[in-house]
Amino acid sequence: MSTSMPMFWLIAACAIVTILPRILPFALVRGVKLPAPVLKWLSYVPLVLLTALIVEGMLVQEGGTLAVNWEGLLALIPTAVVALWTRSLSATVIVGVLAMAMVRLLF
Amino acid sequence: MSSSQNGAAALMPGQNSYWQGIKDCIPTLLGYISIGFAFGVVGISSGISVLEVALLSFLVYGGASQFIFCALLVAGSPPAVIIFTTFMVNLRHFLLSLTLTPHFSHYSLGRNIGIGILLTDESFGVAASKLAGGSRLGDKWMYGLNFAAYVCWALSCLLGAVAGQWVENPEPLGLDFALTAMFVALLVLQIGDGVSSKIGTSLTLIICTIITMVLFSFFMPTYIAVLLSTILVAGLGAVIDQ
Repeated sequence: MSTSMPMFWLIAACAIVTILPRILPFALVRGVKLPAPVLKWLSYVPLVLLTALIVEGMLVQEGGTLAVNWEGLLALIPTAVVALWTRSLSATVIVGVLAMAMVRLLF
Repeated sequence: MSSSQNGAAALMPGQNSYWQGIKDCIPTLLGYISIGFAFGVVGISSGISVLEVALLSFLVYGGASQFIFCALLVAGSPPAVIIFTTFMVNLRHFLLSLTLTPHFSHYSLGRNIGIGILLTDESFGVAASKLAGGSRLGDKWMYGLNFAAYVCWALSCLLGAVAGQWVENPEPLGLDFALTAMFVALLVLQIGDGVSSKIGTSLTLIICTIITMVLFSFFMPTYIAVLLSTILVAGLGAVIDQ
């Protein structure tokens, strides 16, 4: 249960660089009415970003090469089925974690 | 969606309450608990202390950045590299916040900063699925949503750090996959609600995102591929949807 000064400052610096991207848009865009095409662009950000984050989880970058995360891809199948079927966050997470545990147990 | 700029006056009573925000956070809590716990274990096994796990969770508050922080620390990376990588990994939050700003622009600057400072992929996902379902967003609701997530995350990380003294490798538990599973569920909510008339556009954009992600990942770190794909393919969506 301890830390050092350099470690504390390192964590503090990391905190600052993660907070800035979160709050800057709110500070900058306030009072500016964004043009319609920009709003339309932003309305597609959730869909595309979530897809990109899922794909990121299916890829492995190691030593300059790109590989497929087969474990993840296998676990993704039942996870996607449950997500489409139940539309429930909790059910999807439970099935996803169980599926991944099963995949790692079997392969 | 731009009609929600009309302001809070159009919000139904009860819709904008801290309590409703906390309630809407509950379905995502399992995700925070799984990943937070896994992070705590990984943190301890990479040689940082329980206090440092707590500091990271409370101050940095970002799943991906916290894991990468530990990985870089173990690899002996210099502080500048750790700080810069943390910045890059979290840069997508600029897009998340930017996407939400039009819906909160009628609130004060202080309130807006309060909303942005605790924003996560998941709380953004919940807010975006609310929007996709045709609802409006209120500041109190967003505070409730964000704060419940924050407390749950920090506690789960701490619990993992304490458990980390006995569990050496959390991998067989499959907990790390909770993050991807959460994103899958949030994505399904994006496709289904409200935009079903545009389901063709949604599927086209999903396929384009998969292609750009794989292509870009050959040339750059995946977290930059995420950023670039999102900017480009969301732009494509705006062009298709004229």
